[in-house]
Amino acid sequence: MSAILTAVIPVVVIGLICAAVLVVASKIMAVKEDERLPKVRECLPGANCGACGYAGCDGYAKALVEKEGVATNLCIPGADAVSKQLSEILGVEFEDVIEQAAVVHCCGDCDATEDNVDYRGMESCSAAKLIFGSKGACGYGCLGLGDCKNVCPQDAIDIKDGVAHVYRPICVGCGLCVKTCPNHLISLTPAIEDVAVLCSNKDKGAVTRKVCTNGCIGCKKCEKVCPVDAIKVKNNVAEIDYEKCVCCNACSTYCTTGCIVRG
Amino acid sequence: MTKLIIILLSAVFINNYILSRFLGICPFLGVSKKLDSATGMSLAVIFVMLIATAVTWPIQMFLLNPNDLGYLQTIVFILVIAALVQLVEIVLKRYIPALHKSLGVYLPLITTNCAILGVTILNIDEGYTFVESMVNSLGSGLGFMLAMVMFSGVRSKLEGADIPKSFKGLPITLVAASITSLSFMGFGGVIENLFA
Repeated sequence: MSAILTAVIPVVVIGLICAAVLVVASKIMAVKEDERLPKVRECLPGANCGACGYAGCDGYAKALVEKEGVATNLCIPGADAVSKQLSEILGVEFEDVIEQAAVVHCCGDCDATEDNVDYRGMESCSAAKLIFGSKGACGYGCLGLGDCKNVCPQDAIDIKDGVAHVYRPICVGCGLCVKTCPNHLISLTPAIEDVAVLCSNKDKGAVTRKVCTNGCIGCKKCEKVCPVDAIKVKNNVAEIDYEKCVCCNACSTYCTTGCIVRG
Repeated sequence: MTKLIIILLSAVFINNYILSRFLGICPFLGVSKKLDSATGMSLAVIFVMLIATAVTWPIQMFLLNPNDLGYLQTIVFILVIAALVQLVEIVLKRYIPALHKSLGVYLPLITTNCAILGVTILNIDEGYTFVESMVNSLGSGLGFMLAMVMFSGVRSKLEGADIPKSFKGLPITLVAASITSLSFMGFGGVIENLFA
Protein backbone atom coordinates (compact mmCIF):
# COMPACT_ATOMS: atom_id res chain seq x y z
CA MET A 1 0.00 0.00 0.00
CA SER A 2 2.69 2.46 1.01
CA ALA A 3 4.60 1.62 -2.18
CA ILE A 4 1.61 2.73 -4.23
CA LEU A 5 1.25 5.90 -2.19
CA THR A 6 4.92 6.86 -2.55
CA ALA A 7 4.41 6.64 -6.32
CA VAL A 8 1.00 8.28 -6.54
CA ILE A 9 1.55 11.21 -4.18
CA PRO A 10 4.56 12.80 -5.95
CA VAL A 11 2.83 12.54 -9.34
CA VAL A 12 -0.37 14.08 -7.98
CA VAL A 13 1.58 16.85 -6.29
CA ILE A 14 3.55 17.62 -9.43
CA GLY A 15 0.33 17.56 -11.45
CA LEU A 16 -1.38 19.94 -9.04
CA ILE A 17 1.58 22.32 -9.08
CA CYS A 18 1.59 22.32 -12.89
CA ALA A 19 -2.17 22.90 -12.99
CA ALA A 20 -1.96 25.74 -10.47
CA VAL A 21 0.84 27.43 -12.41
CA LEU A 22 -1.13 27.11 -15.66
CA VAL A 23 -4.31 28.50 -14.14
CA VAL A 24 -2.47 31.46 -12.61
CA ALA A 25 -0.59 32.10 -15.83
CA SER A 26 -3.71 31.99 -17.97
CA LYS A 27 -5.45 34.42 -15.60
CA ILE A 28 -2.57 36.87 -15.38
CA MET A 29 -1.60 36.75 -19.01
CA ALA A 30 -5.02 36.47 -20.58
CA VAL A 31 -5.19 38.21 -23.93
CA LYS A 32 -8.30 40.35 -24.24
CA GLU A 33 -10.66 39.19 -26.93
CA ASP A 34 -13.23 41.47 -28.45
CA GLU A 35 -16.33 40.93 -26.31
CA ARG A 36 -18.58 41.12 -29.34
CA LEU A 37 -16.93 38.04 -30.87
CA PRO A 38 -18.73 35.37 -28.79
CA LYS A 39 -22.01 37.25 -29.25
CA VAL A 40 -21.59 37.43 -33.00
CA ARG A 41 -20.57 33.79 -33.11
CA GLU A 42 -23.68 32.81 -31.17
CA CYS A 43 -25.98 34.48 -33.70
CA LEU A 44 -24.57 32.52 -36.61
CA PRO A 45 -26.25 29.17 -37.27
CA GLY A 46 -23.07 27.11 -36.92
CA ALA A 47 -23.60 25.05 -40.04
CA ASN A 48 -20.07 25.93 -41.21
CA CYS A 49 -21.32 25.75 -44.78
CA GLY A 50 -19.04 28.45 -46.16
CA ALA A 51 -21.78 30.24 -48.11
CA CYS A 52 -20.51 33.57 -46.72
CA GLY A 53 -17.14 33.00 -48.34
CA TYR A 54 -15.24 32.59 -45.05
CA ALA A 55 -13.87 29.41 -43.52
CA GLY A 56 -16.88 28.48 -41.43
CA CYS A 57 -18.92 30.48 -38.94
CA ASP A 58 -15.90 31.23 -36.73
CA GLY A 59 -14.08 32.79 -39.66
CA TYR A 60 -17.06 34.95 -40.59
CA ALA A 61 -17.58 36.08 -36.97
CA LYS A 62 -13.92 37.03 -36.70
CA ALA A 63 -14.03 38.97 -39.96
CA LEU A 64 -17.20 40.80 -38.87
CA VAL A 65 -15.66 41.92 -35.59
CA GLU A 66 -12.14 42.69 -36.75
CA LYS A 67 -12.63 44.21 -40.17
CA GLU A 68 -14.66 47.26 -41.03
CA GLY A 69 -17.18 47.04 -43.81
CA VAL A 70 -17.79 43.28 -43.89
CA ALA A 71 -21.40 42.91 -44.94
CA THR A 72 -23.79 41.42 -42.38
CA ASN A 73 -26.03 39.82 -44.98
CA LEU A 74 -23.61 37.15 -46.17
CA CYS A 75 -25.11 34.35 -44.08
CA ILE A 76 -27.64 32.82 -46.44
CA PRO A 77 -28.79 29.93 -44.19
CA GLY A 78 -29.38 32.42 -41.36
CA ALA A 79 -31.44 34.70 -43.59
CA ASP A 80 -32.92 38.01 -42.41
CA ALA A 81 -33.12 37.09 -38.73
CA VAL A 82 -29.37 36.58 -38.39
CA SER A 83 -28.55 39.63 -40.48
CA LYS A 84 -30.77 41.72 -38.21
CA GLN A 85 -29.14 40.43 -35.02
CA LEU A 86 -25.67 40.93 -36.45
CA SER A 87 -26.36 44.50 -37.45
CA GLU A 88 -27.75 45.22 -33.97
CA ILE A 89 -24.63 43.88 -32.23
CA LEU A 90 -22.22 45.63 -34.56
CA GLY A 91 -24.25 48.82 -34.77
CA VAL A 92 -24.47 48.95 -38.53
CA GLU A 93 -27.39 49.31 -40.86
CA PHE A 94 -29.53 46.26 -41.49
CA GLU A 95 -29.11 44.71 -44.91
CA ASP A 96 -31.68 42.44 -46.45
CA VAL A 97 -30.62 38.88 -47.26
CA ILE A 98 -31.75 37.52 -50.57
CA GLU A 99 -32.80 34.00 -49.68
CA GLN A 100 -31.68 31.47 -52.18
CA ALA A 101 -32.44 27.85 -52.83
CA ALA A 102 -30.74 25.30 -55.00
CA VAL A 103 -32.23 23.78 -58.13
CA VAL A 104 -30.93 20.85 -60.19
CA HIS A 105 -30.99 21.72 -63.87
CA CYS A 106 -31.82 18.25 -65.16
CA CYS A 107 -35.06 16.32 -65.51
CA GLY A 108 -33.74 13.36 -67.47
CA ASP A 109 -35.28 10.63 -65.32
CA CYS A 110 -35.46 6.92 -66.16
CA ASP A 111 -38.41 7.38 -68.56
CA ALA A 112 -36.80 10.13 -70.57
CA THR A 113 -33.26 8.89 -71.02
CA GLU A 114 -31.23 5.78 -70.33
CA ASP A 115 -27.83 4.75 -69.12
CA ASN A 116 -25.24 3.98 -71.75
CA VAL A 117 -22.76 2.39 -69.38
CA ASP A 118 -23.28 -0.29 -66.78
CA TYR A 119 -21.56 1.50 -63.93
CA ARG A 120 -20.93 -0.67 -60.89
CA GLY A 121 -18.18 1.24 -59.16
CA MET A 122 -18.20 3.49 -56.13
CA GLU A 123 -21.51 5.19 -55.35
CA SER A 124 -20.18 8.59 -56.26
CA CYS A 125 -20.94 10.92 -59.16
CA SER A 126 -17.40 12.25 -59.34
CA ALA A 127 -15.99 8.70 -59.51
CA ALA A 128 -18.39 7.77 -62.32
CA LYS A 129 -17.61 11.01 -64.11
CA LEU A 130 -13.87 10.36 -63.76
CA ILE A 131 -14.09 6.87 -65.30
CA PHE A 132 -16.76 7.21 -67.98
CA GLY A 133 -17.13 10.96 -68.48
CA SER A 134 -20.83 10.44 -67.94
CA LYS A 135 -23.14 7.66 -66.90
CA GLY A 136 -26.26 8.27 -68.93
CA ALA A 137 -26.71 8.81 -72.65
CA CYS A 138 -26.69 12.58 -72.06
CA GLY A 139 -23.25 13.79 -71.14
CA TYR A 140 -24.62 16.88 -69.40
CA GLY A 141 -27.21 15.20 -67.21
CA CYS A 142 -27.52 14.19 -63.58
CA LEU A 143 -25.50 11.09 -62.72
CA GLY A 144 -27.89 10.26 -59.93
CA LEU A 145 -25.35 8.74 -57.55
CA GLY A 146 -26.02 11.30 -54.86
CA ASP A 147 -22.84 13.33 -54.27
CA CYS A 148 -25.09 16.36 -53.69
CA LYS A 149 -27.37 14.38 -51.41
CA ASN A 150 -24.44 13.31 -49.26
CA VAL A 151 -23.10 16.82 -48.87
CA CYS A 152 -26.46 18.49 -48.10
CA PRO A 153 -26.57 19.56 -44.43
CA GLN A 154 -30.36 19.85 -44.51
CA ASP A 155 -31.27 16.53 -46.15
CA ALA A 156 -33.13 18.58 -48.73
CA ILE A 157 -31.93 16.57 -51.73
CA ASP A 158 -33.42 13.30 -52.84
CA ILE A 159 -32.61 11.07 -55.81
CA LYS A 160 -35.81 10.17 -57.64
CA ASP A 161 -35.77 8.00 -60.77
CA GLY A 162 -32.06 8.63 -61.20
CA VAL A 163 -32.23 12.42 -60.96
CA ALA A 164 -31.52 14.63 -57.95
CA HIS A 165 -34.34 16.85 -56.71
CA VAL A 166 -34.02 19.68 -54.23
CA TYR A 167 -36.92 20.14 -51.87
CA ARG A 168 -36.77 23.93 -51.90
CA PRO A 169 -38.74 24.76 -48.75
CA ILE A 170 -36.07 23.05 -46.63
CA CYS A 171 -33.08 24.22 -48.68
CA VAL A 172 -31.14 26.99 -46.95
CA GLY A 173 -29.10 27.97 -49.99
CA CYS A 174 -25.65 27.17 -48.60
CA GLY A 175 -24.42 26.18 -52.04
CA LEU A 176 -22.44 23.10 -50.99
CA CYS A 177 -24.18 20.97 -53.61
CA VAL A 178 -23.42 23.59 -56.27
CA LYS A 179 -19.71 23.12 -55.60
CA THR A 180 -19.99 19.33 -55.37
CA CYS A 181 -21.86 18.44 -58.58
CA PRO A 182 -19.24 17.25 -61.11
CA ASN A 183 -21.52 18.20 -64.00
CA HIS A 184 -22.23 21.67 -62.59
CA LEU A 185 -25.98 21.08 -62.82
CA ILE A 186 -27.01 22.82 -59.63
CA SER A 187 -27.39 26.56 -59.21
CA LEU A 188 -28.84 28.87 -56.59
CA THR A 189 -31.92 30.87 -57.55
CA PRO A 190 -33.95 33.35 -55.49
CA ALA A 191 -36.09 31.28 -53.13
CA ILE A 192 -39.35 33.05 -53.93
CA GLU A 193 -39.04 32.33 -57.66
CA ASP A 194 -39.95 28.76 -58.39
CA VAL A 195 -39.70 28.55 -62.15
CA ALA A 196 -36.58 26.90 -63.54
CA VAL A 197 -35.20 25.34 -66.70
CA LEU A 198 -34.49 21.73 -65.84
CA CYS A 199 -31.99 20.97 -68.56
CA SER A 200 -28.33 21.74 -69.12
CA ASN A 201 -27.76 20.00 -72.47
CA LYS A 202 -25.80 22.33 -74.72
CA ASP A 203 -26.04 20.19 -77.84
CA LYS A 204 -28.25 21.12 -80.80
CA GLY A 205 -31.95 20.27 -80.50
CA ALA A 206 -31.88 17.13 -82.64
CA VAL A 207 -28.91 15.67 -80.74
CA THR A 208 -30.52 16.46 -77.41
CA ARG A 209 -33.77 14.86 -78.50
CA LYS A 210 -32.01 11.61 -79.38
CA VAL A 211 -30.59 11.14 -75.88
CA CYS A 212 -33.41 12.54 -73.73
CA THR A 213 -37.07 13.21 -74.42
CA ASN A 214 -37.25 15.78 -71.61
CA GLY A 215 -34.30 17.87 -72.75
CA CYS A 216 -34.39 21.49 -73.90
CA ILE A 217 -34.17 21.55 -77.70
CA GLY A 218 -33.69 25.30 -77.94
CA CYS A 219 -36.91 25.95 -79.88
CA LYS A 220 -37.14 29.50 -78.49
CA LYS A 221 -40.88 29.25 -77.91
CA CYS A 222 -40.37 30.42 -74.32
CA GLU A 223 -38.46 33.45 -75.59
CA LYS A 224 -41.48 34.47 -77.68
CA VAL A 225 -44.11 34.01 -74.98
CA CYS A 226 -42.19 35.73 -72.18
CA PRO A 227 -43.79 39.16 -71.59
CA VAL A 228 -40.76 40.68 -69.88
CA ASP A 229 -37.97 39.29 -72.02
CA ALA A 230 -36.50 37.36 -69.10
CA ILE A 231 -35.81 34.05 -70.81
CA LYS A 232 -33.18 33.56 -73.50
CA VAL A 233 -31.81 30.54 -75.32
CA LYS A 234 -28.04 30.49 -74.94
CA ASN A 235 -25.87 27.62 -76.16
CA ASN A 236 -28.99 25.68 -77.18
CA VAL A 237 -30.50 25.76 -73.71
CA ALA A 238 -33.00 28.22 -72.22
CA GLU A 239 -31.81 30.42 -69.39
CA ILE A 240 -33.91 32.56 -67.06
CA ASP A 241 -32.78 35.99 -65.91
CA TYR A 242 -34.25 36.07 -62.40
CA GLU A 243 -33.88 39.82 -62.08
CA LYS A 244 -36.43 40.30 -64.83
CA CYS A 245 -38.67 37.26 -64.25
CA VAL A 246 -42.14 38.01 -62.88
CA CYS A 247 -43.22 34.37 -62.42
CA CYS A 248 -46.07 34.65 -64.89
CA ASN A 249 -45.83 30.97 -65.75
CA ALA A 250 -46.05 31.58 -69.51
CA CYS A 251 -42.79 29.79 -70.40
CA SER A 252 -43.59 26.70 -68.38
CA THR A 253 -47.07 26.49 -69.91
CA TYR A 254 -45.85 26.70 -73.49
CA CYS A 255 -42.61 24.69 -73.21
CA THR A 256 -42.70 21.97 -75.87
CA THR A 257 -40.65 19.39 -73.99
CA GLY A 258 -41.79 20.27 -70.48
CA CYS A 259 -38.34 21.05 -69.16
CA ILE A 260 -39.37 24.45 -67.80
CA VAL A 261 -41.09 23.66 -64.55
CA ARG A 262 -42.70 25.48 -61.67
CA GLY A 263 -41.39 24.24 -58.33
CA MET B 1 35.22 21.10 -24.68
CA THR B 2 36.04 18.35 -27.16
CA LYS B 3 33.48 16.15 -25.46
CA LEU B 4 30.77 18.79 -25.89
CA ILE B 5 31.55 19.11 -29.60
CA ILE B 6 31.46 15.35 -30.00
CA ILE B 7 28.09 15.23 -28.21
CA LEU B 8 26.72 18.01 -30.40
CA LEU B 9 27.91 16.56 -33.70
CA SER B 10 26.89 13.02 -32.92
CA ALA B 11 23.43 14.21 -31.85
CA VAL B 12 23.05 16.00 -35.17
CA PHE B 13 24.45 13.38 -37.52
CA ILE B 14 24.98 9.91 -36.04
CA ASN B 15 22.16 9.67 -33.55
CA ASN B 16 19.83 11.84 -35.59
CA TYR B 17 16.49 11.59 -33.84
CA ILE B 18 14.41 11.06 -36.91
CA LEU B 19 16.70 9.20 -39.25
CA SER B 20 18.60 6.95 -36.81
CA ARG B 21 16.48 6.69 -33.69
CA PHE B 22 13.14 6.91 -35.52
CA LEU B 23 11.57 9.21 -32.97
CA GLY B 24 9.32 12.10 -33.97
CA ILE B 25 8.23 10.44 -37.21
CA CYS B 26 4.76 11.97 -36.94
CA PRO B 27 5.80 15.61 -37.48
CA PHE B 28 8.49 14.38 -39.89
CA LEU B 29 5.84 12.96 -42.23
CA GLY B 30 3.07 15.39 -41.37
CA VAL B 31 4.69 18.80 -41.51
CA SER B 32 7.52 18.27 -44.01
CA LYS B 33 5.44 19.14 -47.06
CA LYS B 34 6.53 22.77 -47.23
CA LEU B 35 9.86 24.31 -46.34
CA ASP B 36 8.47 27.15 -44.23
CA SER B 37 6.24 24.95 -42.09
CA ALA B 38 9.11 22.46 -41.72
CA THR B 39 11.43 25.18 -40.40
CA GLY B 40 8.71 26.58 -38.14
CA MET B 41 8.10 23.17 -36.65
CA SER B 42 11.82 22.48 -36.21
CA LEU B 43 12.41 25.81 -34.47
CA ALA B 44 9.56 25.04 -32.09
CA VAL B 45 11.05 21.57 -31.46
CA ILE B 46 14.54 22.98 -30.72
CA PHE B 47 13.03 25.51 -28.35
CA VAL B 48 10.89 22.97 -26.51
CA MET B 49 13.72 20.42 -26.33
CA LEU B 50 15.96 22.97 -24.64
CA ILE B 51 13.46 24.15 -22.05
CA ALA B 52 12.22 20.60 -21.43
CA THR B 53 15.76 19.46 -20.69
CA ALA B 54 16.40 22.47 -18.50
CA VAL B 55 13.41 21.52 -16.38
CA THR B 56 13.46 17.72 -16.39
CA TRP B 57 17.17 17.26 -15.62
CA PRO B 58 16.91 19.00 -12.22
CA ILE B 59 13.67 17.12 -11.48
CA GLN B 60 15.40 13.79 -12.10
CA MET B 61 18.55 14.67 -10.20
CA PHE B 62 17.11 16.55 -7.22
CA LEU B 63 13.63 15.09 -6.84
CA LEU B 64 13.34 11.60 -8.27
CA ASN B 65 16.80 10.11 -7.70
CA PRO B 66 17.20 11.11 -4.01
CA ASN B 67 13.78 9.63 -3.22
CA ASP B 68 14.29 6.40 -5.20
CA LEU B 69 11.46 7.35 -7.55
CA GLY B 70 13.41 6.77 -10.79
CA TYR B 71 10.61 4.54 -12.09
CA LEU B 72 8.28 7.55 -12.23
CA GLN B 73 10.57 9.18 -14.78
CA THR B 74 8.38 8.72 -17.87
CA ILE B 75 5.07 9.80 -16.39
CA VAL B 76 6.50 12.78 -14.52
CA PHE B 77 8.40 13.94 -17.59
CA ILE B 78 5.28 13.74 -19.78
CA LEU B 79 3.32 15.71 -17.20
CA VAL B 80 5.96 18.38 -16.77
CA ILE B 81 6.68 18.78 -20.49
CA ALA B 82 2.99 19.08 -21.39
CA ALA B 83 2.41 21.72 -18.70
CA LEU B 84 5.59 23.53 -19.67
CA VAL B 85 4.68 23.79 -23.33
CA GLN B 86 1.23 25.11 -22.44
CA LEU B 87 2.85 27.68 -20.19
CA VAL B 88 5.27 28.72 -22.90
CA GLU B 89 2.34 29.11 -25.29
CA ILE B 90 0.50 31.38 -22.86
CA VAL B 91 3.62 33.49 -22.26
CA LEU B 92 4.36 33.79 -25.97
CA LYS B 93 0.76 34.77 -26.73
CA ARG B 94 0.95 37.58 -24.19
CA TYR B 95 4.42 38.98 -24.72
CA ILE B 96 5.67 37.97 -28.17
CA PRO B 97 2.56 37.68 -30.40
CA ALA B 98 4.65 37.60 -33.57
CA LEU B 99 6.58 34.53 -32.43
CA HIS B 100 3.35 32.98 -31.16
CA LYS B 101 1.82 33.41 -34.58
CA SER B 102 4.69 31.63 -36.33
CA LEU B 103 5.32 28.89 -33.74
CA GLY B 104 1.88 28.79 -32.12
CA VAL B 105 0.33 26.18 -34.37
CA TYR B 106 3.16 23.74 -33.77
CA LEU B 107 3.52 24.14 -30.02
CA PRO B 108 0.44 22.11 -28.98
CA LEU B 109 1.43 19.48 -31.54
CA ILE B 110 4.72 18.77 -29.82
CA THR B 111 3.54 18.76 -26.20
CA THR B 112 3.58 15.00 -26.12
CA ASN B 113 5.97 14.36 -28.98
CA CYS B 114 8.13 11.30 -28.46
CA ALA B 115 11.28 13.04 -29.72
CA ILE B 116 11.06 15.57 -26.88
CA LEU B 117 10.43 12.87 -24.28
CA GLY B 118 13.17 10.77 -25.88
CA VAL B 119 15.75 13.54 -25.57
CA THR B 120 15.01 14.16 -21.91
CA ILE B 121 15.08 10.47 -20.97
CA LEU B 122 18.19 9.67 -23.03
CA ASN B 123 20.02 12.58 -21.38
CA ILE B 124 19.48 10.88 -18.04
CA ASP B 125 20.30 7.41 -19.36
CA GLU B 126 23.59 8.57 -20.86
CA GLY B 127 24.54 10.09 -17.52
CA TYR B 128 25.17 13.53 -18.96
CA THR B 129 25.82 16.54 -16.74
CA PHE B 130 23.49 19.52 -17.03
CA VAL B 131 25.64 21.32 -19.61
CA GLU B 132 26.15 18.15 -21.61
CA SER B 133 22.40 17.53 -21.54
CA MET B 134 21.67 21.00 -22.88
CA VAL B 135 24.24 20.55 -25.65
CA ASN B 136 22.79 17.18 -26.51
CA SER B 137 19.27 18.68 -26.68
CA LEU B 138 20.47 21.47 -28.92
CA GLY B 139 22.18 18.94 -31.17
CA SER B 140 19.10 16.75 -31.29
CA GLY B 141 16.96 19.75 -32.18
CA LEU B 142 19.37 20.80 -34.90
CA GLY B 143 19.41 17.23 -36.21
CA PHE B 144 15.62 17.27 -36.27
CA MET B 145 15.74 20.52 -38.22
CA LEU B 146 18.34 19.14 -40.64
CA ALA B 147 16.19 16.09 -41.36
CA MET B 148 12.98 18.15 -41.70
CA VAL B 149 14.52 20.72 -44.04
CA MET B 150 16.29 18.12 -46.14
CA PHE B 151 13.18 16.02 -46.43
CA SER B 152 10.93 18.94 -47.32
CA GLY B 153 13.30 19.50 -50.24
CA VAL B 154 12.99 15.85 -51.24
CA ARG B 155 9.23 16.05 -50.98
CA SER B 156 8.94 19.15 -53.12
CA LYS B 157 10.84 17.23 -55.81
CA LEU B 158 8.45 14.30 -55.36
CA GLU B 159 5.46 16.57 -56.03
CA GLY B 160 6.47 17.00 -59.65
CA ALA B 161 7.84 13.51 -60.21
CA ASP B 162 6.02 10.99 -62.36
CA ILE B 163 5.19 8.37 -59.75
CA PRO B 164 3.13 5.20 -60.37
CA LYS B 165 -0.39 5.74 -59.11
CA SER B 166 -0.20 3.07 -56.41
CA PHE B 167 2.89 4.73 -54.91
CA LYS B 168 1.49 8.27 -54.78
CA GLY B 169 1.18 9.97 -51.42
CA LEU B 170 2.32 8.21 -48.28
CA PRO B 171 3.98 5.12 -49.85
CA ILE B 172 6.54 7.07 -51.89
CA THR B 173 7.10 9.40 -48.92
CA LEU B 174 8.01 6.44 -46.73
CA VAL B 175 10.30 5.02 -49.43
CA ALA B 176 12.02 8.40 -49.77
CA ALA B 177 12.33 8.68 -45.98
CA SER B 178 13.99 5.29 -45.72
CA ILE B 179 16.52 6.17 -48.43
CA THR B 180 17.29 9.48 -46.68
CA SER B 181 17.71 7.52 -43.46
CA LEU B 182 20.12 5.08 -45.18
CA SER B 183 22.28 7.99 -46.28
CA PHE B 184 22.73 9.02 -42.66
CA MET B 185 24.24 5.63 -41.83
CA GLY B 186 27.29 6.87 -43.71
CA PHE B 187 28.12 9.15 -40.77
CA GLY B 188 28.56 6.18 -38.42
CA GLY B 189 32.02 6.20 -36.82
CA VAL B 190 33.09 9.42 -38.54
CA ILE B 191 32.85 11.72 -35.57
CA GLU B 192 34.67 9.62 -33.01
CA ASN B 193 37.62 9.48 -35.39
CA LEU B 194 37.55 13.20 -36.09
CA PHE B 195 39.20 13.98 -32.79
CA ALA B 196 41.21 10.80 -32.37
